[in-house]
Amino acid sequence: MTEHRVTRSDRQSSFGLAASAVLVVVLFLLPWWDGDGSLRVPLVAILYYLALAQMWNLLAGFAGLVSIGQQMFVGIGVYTLLTFAEDFGVDPYVSVLLAGVVAAVLSLPVAAFAFRLRGGYFAIGTWVIAEVFRLIALESDFLGGANVRTLTRESLGGYSLDTRNTVTYLMALGLAVGATAIVVLVLRSRLGLALRSIRDNQEGARGLGVSVTRAKLVVWVMASFWTGMTGAVILLANPSARAESAFSVLRWTALVVFIAIIGGVGSTTGPIIGVAIYWFVREFLEDADEWRFIILGLIAAVMAILAPRGVYGLLQKRWAVQFFPVRRRLVGPGIGGPAPGAPPGGTADAGGPAQPVAGAEGPAP
Amino acid sequence: MEWLNAVVQGIMLGGLFALFATGLSLAFGVMRFVNLAHGDLAILGAFVAVSVTSALGLNPFVSLVVVVPVMLAAGYALQLGAFNFTISADPLPSILVTFGLGVVIQNVLLETYSADSRGLDVGSIEIESIRINDAIAVGWIPLITLVVAVAVLGTLQLILSRTALGRAFRAVSDDPATARLMGINDRNLYAVAMGIAFATVAIAGVFLGIRQSFGPLDGPAQLLYAFEAVVIGGLGSVWGTLVGGLLLGVAHTVGGQFEVAYGLGSGPLVGHLMFLVVLATKPTGLLGRRAE
Repeated sequence: MTEHRVTRSDRQSSFGLAASAVLVVVLFLLPWWDGDGSLRVPLVAILYYLALAQMWNLLAGFAGLVSIGQQMFVGIGVYTLLTFAEDFGVDPYVSVLLAGVVAAVLSLPVAAFAFRLRGGYFAIGTWVIAEVFRLIALESDFLGGANVRTLTRESLGGYSLDTRNTVTYLMALGLAVGATAIVVLVLRSRLGLALRSIRDNQEGARGLGVSVTRAKLVVWVMASFWTGMTGAVILLANPSARAESAFSVLRWTALVVFIAIIGGVGSTTGPIIGVAIYWFVREFLEDADEWRFIILGLIAAVMAILAPRGVYGLLQKRWAVQFFPVRRRLVGPGIGGPAPGAPPGGTADAGGPAQPVAGAEGPAP
Repeated sequence: MEWLNAVVQGIMLGGLFALFATGLSLAFGVMRFVNLAHGDLAILGAFVAVSVTSALGLNPFVSLVVVVPVMLAAGYALQLGAFNFTISADPLPSILVTFGLGVVIQNVLLETYSADSRGLDVGSIEIESIRINDAIAVGWIPLITLVVAVAVLGTLQLILSRTALGRAFRAVSDDPATARLMGINDRNLYAVAMGIAFATVAIAGVFLGIRQSFGPLDGPAQLLYAFEAVVIGGLGSVWGTLVGGLLLGVAHTVGGQFEVAYGLGSGPLVGHLMFLVVLATKPTGLLGRRAE
């Protein structure tokens, strides 16, 4: 090889992709060997939390859109599914897709307001708008007002209980895997380059011709679409909802944020680690919601100060691991390939052991 | 006449919102710091007042003598020991730390005090009012709250414009690096600002508790109202914060009156919608000097 070229893969990331493929196949086949569903039921919650965490990670970690209003898209997904499946008699699984579409459409006017704010004010602004949606759901007789609404058996169609459980599980799996794939693909694309340049220096990126608002808007709509579908699947898994639970900031944003921070925001692998830690805390440490929030909230707040890149960032500092092929590196004569154990540079998914490519990687020197 | 009464009561309620917004506005003005636990800290202050009044048998007004210094010290220590490490061009760490802190405060309060609603009892003054005519009467408590809000904001304005401390605040707000070169200890100054912010939000929390019942999960709503008051009034303007609070208060009571008259809408919903209208038409706020 005599030419310099930019590469994103190395032996480690190829191994990472192969290992994740095996894991996904095993999880996909789970309904056929986990007969009594003892694994599936707890896994569904883990999987939809992973989907939510990846989407929040895409917004906050890569697009600088720190939203505390993600519960609005979960709630929109829940109420869209209820409306289409329960009131209009549309097939529930088609309605899941519609939930994503409705969330994506509604995310546009939300952006028109929220994008006027930046940083911490954007965070509270999205929270206010989520409250508006919750209050509208509470006021609306059509949506059921303050009542508990349930997805009844009739509206779930002629599907048997077993089929329904399997489909719900597979949908949750698809959302989690799909969310991770979306983040990986976005980062490998031109959009990913634009987002990283914005993250490092917004004005500089604008000066180089990056359309900052459009890049952010594309990511915002994608994340809203996926979060809306996830909200619908959350309703399939827990068929009763009311406005307070569907638009709960604690359940659908706080917990998601904690999972992403603890695992590592701004990396594709971080949310996977975070959701595993969440599962561990939930299964082995604490049953009560309050204590779970206290434990995870404290860990997240401390980590945000001491280890802003989360557990994945700590691992990377020690071992220079790269699980998904999203980091661009220049290889060629005189530069040397990615040596295992070489001191890493830059931020998670952005720096690398080899020479950085200008504009493609972490903070400018 | 009901509508005029709603406006009068709204101005009184707006005093409370302005009091909530003061600390948020100060922290943002001095160090661009957005504290998402702001509302939860107010509720924490109110619960501390509950404990102080029941343990020492004090009137809740008198309990401020204990609550305010405690919260001031807590704000100073928290900024010095934690928040200062999150101040950078990237707003993410500070949002995450304060959001986590808020959730922890809510759940610790739930575990300590249960989910029951509480109130702070100040005696017969709670039900006394000044009657203006047969449809409008102004309660003493809301009136005192408004007067305290104006006094707190006025004091803050005096500190900012007339004292060495205020000059230092303005200096680090404009350019922290140059302020440091001039011998200003910005880290310590940030801690002082956060201490003042905590003290004002504790006052707001205690007045909220005197005015109405409250529970451990009421913090986020107060944060949103405070934030709306700041944005409506305009960033970087002390009197804008007061105006924003008053307008938001009127939106709440007029929205409540609308609900009574037509069975539709609610105070908070109308308040949020007014905020969105201001955001869309005048993002710098009514009296603001800069957009953010």
